[in-house]
Amino acid sequence: MTLQLFLLVAAALFAVGLYGALSQMSIVMIMMGLELMLNGVIVATAAFWYYVAPGETDGQVLVVVVITAMAIEMAVGFAVATAIYRRRQVDMTDDAADLRG
Amino acid sequence: MSVVLFWALAGAAVVLGVLVFRLDSMAQVTFALLGSFLAVAGLVLLLGLGYLGAVIALMMVIEMVIMAVFMIMFMMNPAGLMPMTMTHNRRGSLVISVGAFVVLAAGILLVDWPARDGVPPPDPTFALGEALMGGQMLTMMTLGVGLFATIVATVVLSTDRGRYDRLGDELDAPVADDPMGGGVGR
Repeated sequence: MTLQLFLLVAAALFAVGLYGALSQMSIVMIMMGLELMLNGVIVATAAFWYYVAPGETDGQVLVVVVITAMAIEMAVGFAVATAIYRRRQVDMTDDAADLRG
Repeated sequence: MSVVLFWALAGAAVVLGVLVFRLDSMAQVTFALLGSFLAVAGLVLLLGLGYLGAVIALMMVIEMVIMAVFMIMFMMNPAGLMPMTMTHNRRGSLVISVGAFVVLAAGILLVDWPARDGVPPPDPTFALGEALMGGQMLTMMTLGVGLFATIVATVVLSTDRGRYDRLGDELDAPVADDPMGGGVGR
């Protein structure tokens, strides 16, 4: 186990999440993609803490921040999905393209 | 032992992550994502962060159970009985994500990472708690305010008709403006 291996796993998770966030049409599935990307960030941060600066706690604090960001993203994402579905019966991104330039 | 665990957990995290976008049934998708999260929690535990690993596992189990409810509410094909694809620009997304992975992997393998500085504290959880209640107090307070703002925002966004819709901006309407009468004789 090395830092590089952990980071490669993190990069793979990030890439899979990126594919999902870009390709999925359903808002809920896009949120799953974003969560997978943040999942990769957690692995990378924890690995950096362990392999680069285990004496400091900053890496651990960063993991706490990312976990909180995941929770906030999920809660607000579902609230937005609920609001737009209630107003317009929309649950696909292609139906909510009003701001398209 | 830990090397075997690492490969098992890393493989599980990535394979289950891929399955999220391959499976048809929304229930299976949710639990594939949960499996991926639990594997990541295992990796964090493997790095000696007992508290954070446990927090990730607990939080993600709850989050995915809530997500399953939303999936069944919003998805048109919750049981996956009708195979269907709900993707757009698949080729472009694949190119971008594979490209992102290649760039990241190149960076990971080519960068000369710094040598390890220091040793893990005997109790990382204690050190984290001390940091959050000491030097990182501002971070913790910002997170707290952020979470509180989230609570307010989610309630506002998901409320259908609040009291201001029913009783006017000054809350002084004699009769509530409800789409349907109800209650005791109103």
